[in-house]
Amino acid sequence: METTAVKKYTFKDFTSDQEVRWCPGCDDYVILRSMQKALPEMEVNKEDVVFISGIGCSSRFPYYMNTYGMHSIHGRAPGIASGVKLANPNLSVWIMTGDGDSMAIGGNHFIHVLRRNIDLNIVMFNNEIYGLTKGQFSPTSLVGQKTKSSPYGNTQPPFSPGELALGAQARFFARIGGNNPKDMTQIFIEAHKFKGTSLVEVLQNCVIFNDGCFTNVTDKDVKEDKQIFLEHGKPMIFGKNKDKGLVLNGLKLEVVTIGENGITQEDLLIHNAKEQDPTLHQMLVRLQYPIATGVIRSFDDVTLEEREDALTAQVKANSNFKKVDDLFFSGETYIVK
Amino acid sequence: MVTTTTNHQPEILEAVVIRFVGDSGDGMQLTGTQFSDTSAMFGNDIATFPNYPSEIRAPQGSLYGVSGFQVHIGSVEVSTPGDNLDLLVAMNPAALKTNLYALKPGHTIIVDTDSFSKKNLEKALYQSNPLEDGSLENYRVIQVSMTSLTKEALKSVQGLDNKSITRSKNMFALGIVYWMYDRSIEHTIEFFNKKFKTKPHLIEANTKVLNAGYYFAETLELIPNSYTISPAKMTGGTYRIIMGNTATAWGFLAAAEKSGLELFLGSYPITPATDILHELVKHKHFGVKAFQAEDEIAGICSAIGASFAGDLAITTTSGPGLALKGEALGLAMMIELPLVVVNVQRGGPSTGLPTKTEQSDLLQAMYGRNGESPVIVLAASTPANCFNYAYEAARLALEHMTPVVLLTDGYIANGSAPWKVKSINELSEIKNNLVKEVKEDWHPYDRDKDTLARNWAVPGTPGLEHRVGGLEKDSITGNISYDPENHEQMTKTRAEKIKRVKNNIPEQEIEFAQEGDLLVIGWGGTYGSLHSAVKQLNDEGFKTIGFTQFNYINPMPKNTEEILSKFKKIIVCELNDGQFAKILKINYSQFEFLQLNKIQGLPFANNELTEKFKQLV
Repeated sequence: METTAVKKYTFKDFTSDQEVRWCPGCDDYVILRSMQKALPEMEVNKEDVVFISGIGCSSRFPYYMNTYGMHSIHGRAPGIASGVKLANPNLSVWIMTGDGDSMAIGGNHFIHVLRRNIDLNIVMFNNEIYGLTKGQFSPTSLVGQKTKSSPYGNTQPPFSPGELALGAQARFFARIGGNNPKDMTQIFIEAHKFKGTSLVEVLQNCVIFNDGCFTNVTDKDVKEDKQIFLEHGKPMIFGKNKDKGLVLNGLKLEVVTIGENGITQEDLLIHNAKEQDPTLHQMLVRLQYPIATGVIRSFDDVTLEEREDALTAQVKANSNFKKVDDLFFSGETYIVK
Repeated sequence: MVTTTTNHQPEILEAVVIRFVGDSGDGMQLTGTQFSDTSAMFGNDIATFPNYPSEIRAPQGSLYGVSGFQVHIGSVEVSTPGDNLDLLVAMNPAALKTNLYALKPGHTIIVDTDSFSKKNLEKALYQSNPLEDGSLENYRVIQVSMTSLTKEALKSVQGLDNKSITRSKNMFALGIVYWMYDRSIEHTIEFFNKKFKTKPHLIEANTKVLNAGYYFAETLELIPNSYTISPAKMTGGTYRIIMGNTATAWGFLAAAEKSGLELFLGSYPITPATDILHELVKHKHFGVKAFQAEDEIAGICSAIGASFAGDLAITTTSGPGLALKGEALGLAMMIELPLVVVNVQRGGPSTGLPTKTEQSDLLQAMYGRNGESPVIVLAASTPANCFNYAYEAARLALEHMTPVVLLTDGYIANGSAPWKVKSINELSEIKNNLVKEVKEDWHPYDRDKDTLARNWAVPGTPGLEHRVGGLEKDSITGNISYDPENHEQMTKTRAEKIKRVKNNIPEQEIEFAQEGDLLVIGWGGTYGSLHSAVKQLNDEGFKTIGFTQFNYINPMPKNTEEILSKFKKIIVCELNDGQFAKILKINYSQFEFLQLNKIQGLPFANNELTEKFKQLV
């Protein structure tokens, strides 16, 4: 990939001939289009891009991309994607998954892929519901949420994907509203550039089974007041009038208003996504008001491939075994005449 | 006890079976391996089998902490580790108690009398000391105070703690056995020199103890006579002793080099398959990518990913792991990617008998997936031919674009035997279905007209971008299709693809009688037991018994029906409740299949087989 000049593309080059079969109005269309727009900016050849998915609405994604792709089995995309990447490290490998696919049936793979830090990208479509099986509660559904499998209200407390991911040592975590293609496109590019496993959580509305689940955070009218869009090196500021921000009060984040109680912009926290210590990132991930979006964590760390490559180079340099015959005829052999 | 006379001319024997047993910490595996390696280098045919407790460090002296190593050496062909023992070397009372059953009456026991303390006798649940109470009078017991003699031999060696001194008593035992069987101690001394290169005091200590044991045996009249086993008649060439699991791993190394592909292993530890992972992780010098995954499912899934990206991909497991891999194996079958799944079978069901052998995963390998999902099934039948069938599994997966399940079992996987080393040049070619260039009107499910294998376009190849998946796909474009006719056609095509593998595998062969009264059928790891039983009967004059062992289970060789029709009776012998017999009955319903089944976690014993076969002719 490094040696060949990267071809120039437009989003059309990444559009497959397959008819898109998501429900009209679904945020998945926004994710698809954002990815098709982001890819030409990534300086990667089309043949080197691979989308791997599991099962669920999100997992239809590979069919709609004119790249290599695999629609695999429920929850297992991280294993398959890991194999693809380890087999050919030149590829840009994407796991397209949902809240159920990644954190219920695929929960084990999800935490381990994050722990290992292979250079992969994960996009999680979080709609807090099972869509494809027509409306059961998922691991991110809220307590009390009425669904087909919880007619009297869900009794299982939810995961926060970011909290779980950071607990599993995720080095890159971003969150974005499903109705925000502009920032989503940029975040996909950031995720691609990041060396290591990146996770992007998309707050994705399910128009059929959980309509409006993020309305109070993502709607145009409220999003500036309800979201804080984080950028590395910039103050943690939000609000329509850019007059609110975050400070640290003891062990808690606190929302303050600039101009009140003598607070100025200078008092606000500066976002450091590259910090190794995830403590503040965890607080941001857990924050209920405002909801943190943007790249929350982006800590550069050694990847699994780098460790493996270094070991392989070392072993190769010190070994007399170049061909299997060298091994087969080595050591304790004996001759029968 | 048997009276003895000293005889300095070694008596010549055809074959002997020896078992070294002691506490887990007594070094019995090493002792047994040294004896078998030395015998192999002397030219004997050998077969070995280790037997260790599932507890990692069982309490010292306990019955369940006994670890053993059995070796069968012969001047004639040896195809199993043997049933009954000619010599039992027991390093403590627990070892004696748990292994005496296997010793032939009148044969020899060597014991370390120092270990027969009151405490150890109690731990072994002996009411009285068997060395004194006459309970061993039907055997020849050689009592040696090995621990004291070892201490004595090491008096002059500096830098040894008490524990190292006691631990080298296994070499005293080995020295005695070397003398008894007229073996040279040179190979083992060379081994010390290599192993303890940087610890000269350990070379000195072990060599001293080994010598002490050897000379003790030579000078002592307690040991009646020595024996020798002449070299066996084996095809000329370079040999080495190889364990089944190692041979499996090496078969894949060879297949990767021959096919020009990189080898990827995705695996999760499970007894008794883990040694394949242990072996392959060592070979980074060949660029082997061995990935220990978080579970069995991720193990196979990573291999599927690697296969999609163009590697020779394999995953290794045992029965419970195959169950977990079932869904992913179905995916690999559906997207028609090359993949080898090794199942080193153990006793089932569920957790079953993890350290024991059984052949009860055959039907799981054949049918253990949702939907119509045929795959190739192969079975290795000896420790050494695990190499051949691993290689063959890789070849067939690549040439036919399909998953292959390779069945071995705990018996051959942990057993070892001489392997006539194969150079890569002697191995058959491996083709593959890779497409490197864009062709006009190309589709991912375009098939080879003979094999029906689809072509293999891997990520990174410009112009061949495509999507695969578990959903049914159109027979031409590969796009998702729910069309009823198409589904039926695709289902039949996938089945036909596996059937046509018949054209790419050798014909089934019969040993001994080529036609006659009784055909003995086995498959996989029972080859040694069945072969020796039929050979023995043949030698005894039962010339109408033929024997055939299946390695290709799905599909079966073309001439199977013809073979079955040559005998009046057919008996299918397997270590399960009749799984291969079921498959034969489905495919060849015109024949009657008698069955001999054993489900005890143990291999067939020779007499179980010979008695049954005699009844049938």
